[in-house]
This record gives sequence, structure tokens and C-alpha cells, in this order.
Amino acid sequence: MDFYEEIEEAGLRLIRKSVIELPSDIREALTKAYRTEKEEDGRLQLKAILDNIKLAERLGVPICQDTGILYFYVRLGKKPLSLVRIGEALAAATRKATVSIPLRSNAVHPFSRKNSGDNTGFGIPIVDWDASEDEYLEITALPKGAGSENRSAFRSLLPSDGIAGVKEFVIDTVIKAGGGPCPPSVVGIGVGGSPDLAMKLSKRALLRPIGLRHQDPEIAKLEEELLAGINATGIGPSGLGGSTTSLGVNAEIAFCHTASLPVGVNIQCWAARKASARIYEDGHVIYM
Amino acid sequence: MAAIRLRTPVSEADARRLSMNDHLFLSGVLITARDMAHQRALQYLREGKPLPFSFENIALFHCGPIVEKKGSEWRVVAAGPTTSSRMELVEPAFIRNFQPRIIIGKGGMGPETAQALREIGGAYCVFTGGAAVLAAKAVKAVRDVAWLDLGMAEALWMLEVKDFGPLVVAIDSEGNNLHARLAALVESRKSKVYKALRL
Repeated sequence: MDFYEEIEEAGLRLIRKSVIELPSDIREALTKAYRTEKEEDGRLQLKAILDNIKLAERLGVPICQDTGILYFYVRLGKKPLSLVRIGEALAAATRKATVSIPLRSNAVHPFSRKNSGDNTGFGIPIVDWDASEDEYLEITALPKGAGSENRSAFRSLLPSDGIAGVKEFVIDTVIKAGGGPCPPSVVGIGVGGSPDLAMKLSKRALLRPIGLRHQDPEIAKLEEELLAGINATGIGPSGLGGSTTSLGVNAEIAFCHTASLPVGVNIQCWAARKASARIYEDGHVIYM
Repeated sequence: MAAIRLRTPVSEADARRLSMNDHLFLSGVLITARDMAHQRALQYLREGKPLPFSFENIALFHCGPIVEKKGSEWRVVAAGPTTSSRMELVEPAFIRNFQPRIIIGKGGMGPETAQALREIGGAYCVFTGGAAVLAAKAVKAVRDVAWLDLGMAEALWMLEVKDFGPLVVAIDSEGNNLHARLAALVESRKSKVYKALRL
């Protein structure tokens, strides 16, 4: 197998793993939420969610029928590679996964709404590129459904709005979304950069396990305060009321223009599906 | 709370007995329809063409399932609800004209839908979003499918189900709306949340 075939193979395995098995941090957080939830309707929803997770894994089928649009986060290492060929390999993996798992074919032309039938099309699957000096290439597959993705939001705040403005925008976005994005959710926040970068960072924030705080103490504090604030709204599981509206809040930042304060919010449903692998130069693959 | 069990066809009297917050398990026939199927159904109505299936007294399910063909048989792999509010603009006309007795979705619906349900005597229920395998487990057979040209997710799938649930009655035939109440409750807590965040 050449290196690009390795990437295609890994891509296919990552899609399969991500749509069937939830990462352990999310499972643990959902189990804890069920143990601590006091509202009857909230408990009923969490019970159904936990039963569903177990059943999907036992049967080897997708957790949710909305297997989303595929987003791949690719962090290149030292090895020089063709991005065109990596993109082709991940699109091929997506086409194969659509048939073999199966995935729901979700990709349509934005105007004609004609479905391509294989989850690929102009511009998708989405590949978010990053670079490193690592000995390996890292790929994360993150399939994301529309119920939560449609609640993404962006605002250009004034620099004087400051951190308080960021908090208010996040809380308002979560309240406005209500039960729509299938809570308990994970909330990704991107602050700074530019409008496009803030949105990109809000999605990248979802790559970090929940409970692992940002290394900057000020941002870590923002994450904790926002999580407490969101859970105090009482929106609850499925939006039917309860004490767990979000399982985690992750924020990422970038420097921005002195006249700007862009903020992006990306809400992730409880089915926070993702899977990663590292492909080393000699072709061996470690699934994380 | 004791759960109510109903089987389709559901009578108007039985549907009117459902109250907001009731838990329900439904057996019988569900037909899936999302954005495009709703649009097409109303277009057929304007053109005087019959729909491929009757929705009368059965359940309309906001869902775009994953369905697999094994030989000549369709099998539902995953079938959780989709966001109902996307259908809000067309749902009142759909309800008045096609008379589904129960609507199943997620995330809640608005006052116009509630009004149409009050008129015909019907209820809107929610199933746990994302719990698609649990939903598929209750599907005993795919009875038929139409409008597959719209794609798997948007087609009309006629499903035979047993004890589909737990469903929570979110809008009853008296117009009580659980999501509207909860939204008002959340809104009332907003100032406290702001204060805790020093806003």
C-alpha cells in the first residue's frame, strides 16, 4: 500500500469508528449527567441516549441517522505530501463509507438540492489543514449533523464589549438554540482572528476532549464560567428541562485586529462523534 | 409517570385525551416526511393530485432515516427525529389537509401548528434527538416507500412500529405547548445567569 492508500484506509476506519462509538469523555459525561439529573423528563431523555449509545455499539450501526457532513482535521507532519492526493483519499474514504457502513447520503447542491448520493461534492468533505513538525500525520474525522450545525453563530463584537460581550453572546446563542441542537451539547467557541478564523476555531475547539481546560488560565476560567452559566439556564436534555444543558465548553483564541473582536460559536449535539489516527512515515497507523 | 399506549389508526377522541407531558408509546403506522416531502405534498394538493399514501389518523414522523436494501427488503438502520421547526411554515396546512393524528419530531413547534392540532384533534410528540438506533429497534417493517427521487432522507417511508417511544407529548389538542413554556422559563432565568457571569 502506498502512503495515500494508507490515508484512505485510515479515513474509512475513522469514519466507521466515529459514527458508531462515542469517545470515552463524552460517554462518561453523559453517564454522570444521568446519575445527577433530578428532573424526570431530563432523566428519561438521558436514559434513552445511554441506551441508544450501547445499542449502536452492540449492533455496529450509526448512533444517529444524521451521519452529517464529514469534516476532517488533518495535521501534517514532517513528511512532504501532496494535499491534493490527501484530499482525494479522504473523499474516496467518504464514498466507500457511505455504502459500507452505511451513512445517510446528506450532500446536496445548495440551490438545486440535488443529492450527490455519496456524501461528496464540490467543496466537501471539508478538510481543515494544519501543520506541525511531528513524525506523523494526524487525521481526525468529525461527522457533524445539521441539527446542531445549523445553530452555529457569529458576531463581530466591539473591542469594548470585551470578555463580558463574549459571554453574553455565547449564553444568548445557547438559549436561542434551545432543544434544537440535541442537548446536552458541547459548545465550541472561537475568539479573535477574523470572522472566518473565529468560526474555524469554534469548530476546532470541539477536537479537544471535554474536561481538558485551555492552557491559558484566563481562557480556562471563561470555559468553566460559561459551562456553569449554560447549565443554570435549565434548558436540559433534549430541551425538556434539567440541570445538564452542556457537557463541556471549549474555547480557542487567536490574535485579532485592534479594531475587532470576532466571536464564533459552534454547538455540538450530545452525539459528539470523532475519531483520530496517527500515520507514521513508515506507514504504521495508531488509532487513538 | 404511567405511559400511555396507543395504536394507529388513532381516533380523534383518543388524541384529544392526550395531555402535555404525557409519556406515550405508539404502535402501528408512521410515515416519514421532512422539508421537501411537505413541499411536494402541498404542491400535489394545489394540483389536485393524490398523495401516494394517506396520513389520516396515523403518525407523521419528522425523520430522514438510514435505510438499507437487503435483497428486495428494506431495513431501517437508524431513524431518529429531525428538527421539527423547519416544517413550521407548512405544517398547519399539512395537518388541516391530510389529518395526521400524531406528529413526532424533536425540538418543538409553534403556535400555528398548535392551532391546527387543536382544530383537528391531534398531538405533537417528541422523541429523543439522536436516539436513532433505539427508534430503529421499534420499527418492525418498512411497508412501503414513495418519492425516493427526493433522496433517502427526504422520501416518504411508511414504517410499521411497535411501542415506538418513549414519546413526550409536547403540544396537546388544548394548545398547551411544552417547548413554549420551557422557553419562557429559561428566559425568566436569564437575568440570574447574566448576574452569575457578572454581566
